[in-house]
Amino acid sequence: MLKYTFGRILSGLVTIWFIATATFLAMHAVPGDPLMNEKATTPEIRANLARKYGLDKPIAEQYIIYLSNMVQGDFGISFTQQNRKVNDIIQDHFPVSAALGILAITFAALGGILWGALTALYRNQLPDIIIMFLVILGISVPSFVFAALGQLLLVNINQWFDISFLPVAGWGTFAHMIMPSLVLGLGTMALLTRLMRSAMLEIVNEDFIRTARAKGLSPSRIFFQHQLRNAILPVVTVLGPQIAAITTGGFVVELVFAIPGLGRYFVQAVQQLDYTVIMGTTVFYGAFLVFMVILVDIIYGFIDPRVRLK
Amino acid sequence: MLDLGTQDIESTAMPLLPILTILVLAFVNPATAQSVDAEAQTVKIALAQEPPQLNNMTATDQVSIFVLGHVMEGLTRYDRRGNLAPGVAERWELTEDSATFWLRKDAKWSNGDPVTAHDFVFAWRNVVDPKTASQYAFILYPVKNAEAINQGNKPLTDLGIEAIDDLTLKITLERPTGYFLKLTAFVTTFPVQEKFYRATGSAYAADSKDILYNGAFRISDWVHSASLKMEKNPNYWNREAISLEVIDAEYITADTRARLNLFIDEKIAYTQLDGETYKDALNNQFRIKKFVTGSVYFLEYNYRPERITHNKKLRQAIQAVFDPDEFVNKVLQTPGNLPGASLFPSWIMGVNKPFRQEYPAVVTRPDLAKAKQLLREAKAELGLEDIPPLILLVSDSPTATKQAEYMQGMLKTKLDLDLKIDVQTFKQRLAKMTNGDFDIVGAGWGPDFDDIMTFGDLFASWNLNNRGRYDNPEYDRLVRKAMNSNDPEVRMAAMAGLQTIVHEDAIILPMYEQGVIYLQHPKIKGMRRTVVGSDPDFTYARIVP
Repeated sequence: MLKYTFGRILSGLVTIWFIATATFLAMHAVPGDPLMNEKATTPEIRANLARKYGLDKPIAEQYIIYLSNMVQGDFGISFTQQNRKVNDIIQDHFPVSAALGILAITFAALGGILWGALTALYRNQLPDIIIMFLVILGISVPSFVFAALGQLLLVNINQWFDISFLPVAGWGTFAHMIMPSLVLGLGTMALLTRLMRSAMLEIVNEDFIRTARAKGLSPSRIFFQHQLRNAILPVVTVLGPQIAAITTGGFVVELVFAIPGLGRYFVQAVQQLDYTVIMGTTVFYGAFLVFMVILVDIIYGFIDPRVRLK
Repeated sequence: MLDLGTQDIESTAMPLLPILTILVLAFVNPATAQSVDAEAQTVKIALAQEPPQLNNMTATDQVSIFVLGHVMEGLTRYDRRGNLAPGVAERWELTEDSATFWLRKDAKWSNGDPVTAHDFVFAWRNVVDPKTASQYAFILYPVKNAEAINQGNKPLTDLGIEAIDDLTLKITLERPTGYFLKLTAFVTTFPVQEKFYRATGSAYAADSKDILYNGAFRISDWVHSASLKMEKNPNYWNREAISLEVIDAEYITADTRARLNLFIDEKIAYTQLDGETYKDALNNQFRIKKFVTGSVYFLEYNYRPERITHNKKLRQAIQAVFDPDEFVNKVLQTPGNLPGASLFPSWIMGVNKPFRQEYPAVVTRPDLAKAKQLLREAKAELGLEDIPPLILLVSDSPTATKQAEYMQGMLKTKLDLDLKIDVQTFKQRLAKMTNGDFDIVGAGWGPDFDDIMTFGDLFASWNLNNRGRYDNPEYDRLVRKAMNSNDPEVRMAAMAGLQTIVHEDAIILPMYEQGVIYLQHPKIKGMRRTVVGSDPDFTYARIVP
C-alpha cells in the first residue's frame, strides 16, 4: 500500500511539472506583448517593465527562474495588479471558489444519487422519462444559460412577492451561495444521475438482490440496504475529479453572481496575458486536480484491493 | 432552539434534510437594505471590475480612476457644476512658463498629517521616474524636463517642481501650456505622502489600509473582487459640502445583465446598459438616461509605404461611400451615439463655444459615383487591376465584430472591395497595431484631459499612439503651433487646420462618438457625468427622500 501511494504521488509530481512546463511554453507562444497597453509607451518604459518582471532575460533562463520560484511556492507579482502577489490572489480567492464548489458538489451528489435511484426504480415509466429528459437538458445546456435563468428567476420571485427571498448576486452570507451553487452543480448532478441509473440497473439483476427478494425483505429495505449501497461506488470514483472541475470551472457563474472566486482571475489573466497569474492559477488548479485524483485512487485502493494489485 | 438530533428521522428523508435546512435559512435571511437611503445618505452601486490599480501614479483604467476621484484630491478639482475649482490648492498664479500654488492649511491626510507641497514633489517625481514605468507619465510632460527624465536622460531632481515651503508649490513649465491647470485635477497628479509610501514598500495601494486618503471619501472596506465601500472622510477640508455618507460598491461584476438584475431588485442605484440589456430596461419601463462619453471611434489606416492603404484615393473612396448616420442607426442601434464627422468630438471646447460650432466639420453625403471614380483613379495610381483584400484588424468584442461585418458587406456591395476581418484579443490586437500588421484597424480614442490637444496630437509623426505611422509635416507644424501657444484663437485656428487635413487626406474614417445609456435611481440628485476623470462623480450627490 505504501509503495502504491508513493508511486501515485511521484507520478502526480511529474504531471504537475509537465503542466507547468506546457503552460509556460504555450503562454510564451501566444502572440502579443503582455507589457503593451492601450496607451503606447516609450521603449525605455517598456524596458523598465520588462526588467521588473524578468522578461528581459532569455526564455530558458526565465523558465529556470520560474521553476525554482515555483518550487519555493512563490508565483511572483501580477502584471495587471502590480502591487498584488499571485500567492495572495490564490489565497484570497480560492477559498471562495472552494466553498461554492463544495456546496455545488453536495447538491450534485445528493440530487444525482436520489434522481438516479428513482429513475432506476421507475425504469421506463413516467418519472424515469421526465427525469432523463431533464438530465439530457442538464448535460447539454451550458452553465451560463442556467446562471442567467437562475438569476432572472430570483429577480422575478423577489419582485412578485415583494420579499427578499434570496440575494440576486453578491457574496458574504450563506444565502448568497444557494442559487450559484445550484446552477454550478446542475451539470454534475445530471452526469451523476445517469451514472447512478446505469449502476442501479446493473445491480437490479444481481444474484444477491434476487436472494434478498426471495428472503422476503421489504422493497424499501432492498433498495436502501442493498441496491443503493452497491451502486454508489462508481459515483464515488467520478466525484474526485468532479470536485476539482467544479471548484475551478465556475468562471461564468462567478461573473453572473458577482462572486469573488479564483475562476474570474483565471480567465481574465489569459485575456490580459498576465503571465504570472496564468502560471500561478494553472499550476495551482493542475496540482489540485492531480491531488483529487490521487486521493480517489488511494481511497479506492483501500476499498477495493483489486485496484492495488493492478 | 430546535434539537434535531433527538428525533428519529426516517432514512427516506435524509437527502431532503439539507435542502430543507437551506430553505429555512434562506427565509430567515433578513431583507437587506435597499439601494438608496435618504436618512443614512447611502448609495449602493456595482463596479464593472475590481480596481486593478489604486496607486494614483500608475492608475490608467476607468474603475480605478472612478474610485481615486472620490477618495483623493489634487491641487484643483471639479465642482458640482463641472467647473474647475480649488482643491488642495487654495489659489494659484499662472504665467507663460510657471505656475505657483498656495496650499490650504486644513487639507489633511486620513492619518491626520497635513497635505504639503512636498507630497506633490514626491508624487510627481515618482510619476516621471522611468523606474515607475507609469503609462500616464506623459500627462506631466508640460512640466520642465519631465520628458527627458522619463526617457532616462536627466536626474529626477531636475523636474520643474519645487516646494518653496510646506504650503507653496512652484512649477516650472517646459512650454506655455494653456490647459496645465486642468491637468492638476487628474489622478496622475494627485499627491502621495513619501513617508507612508516608503512604509508600505511595494504594497502601496494593494489594500484599503495601504493608501492614505485626502479626498471627500475614504475606503473603509475593500474585499478584493467582492466589494469596495467608501465612507465620508472626516478629515476632508470641505466635509460640510459633502452630503453622502457612504458609497457602497457591494457588487463587482462585468456582466451587464447581472447588474440590470441587481438594479431591478433595487440592490444598486446606478447601472450602465448595453445593446442587450437596453430592451429589458425598456420593458421594465425604467427611465433611460443618455450620456456622450467623449470618446471617438474611427477606422485608422496603415500609412507604411508597403501598404496599399497608403494610397489617398483609395481612402477617399471609402470615405465617399461610408454613411455615419446609417452606421449609427443600423449597426450600433442603442440610443446616445452620434454619427462621426471629425477627429474632434462635439463636446471639445473652442475659444468661446464648442469647437465644432466654431469650426464645423465638413460633412459630405455618401456619393457612390464619386467613390467609384476615386477607386478607378486609385487602381490606376497603384497599377492594379483589382485591389487585393484589405485586412481589417478588430478586437474580439461582439460589437467590434458586428461593425467590421457591416463594413465588409457595405464595401463589397458598393465598391466591390474585399475586406478580410482579422479578429484578435486585446493584447494581440495591440501587438499587431504596433507592428503595423494591418491595412485598416478599428480604433477609438478617449480624452485624457479636458483640452483639444488630447485629440489633436494623435496623428503627429512623433506620437507613439499613431500606429498607422501617418507622417505629414503640415500636420506636425500645426500641432507644434498649437502646443507652443497660450492664445486660444491661435490654438483653435491651428486645430481647425488639422480638422481640414484629417478630412481631405482621409487620415481616418470617423465612425461615431460614443454614447452610453444608463439607469439611475430617481432619488439620487447631483450625480455628475463627466468625459474626463472620475465618472460618474458622486462627490456632491445626495439622496432625496
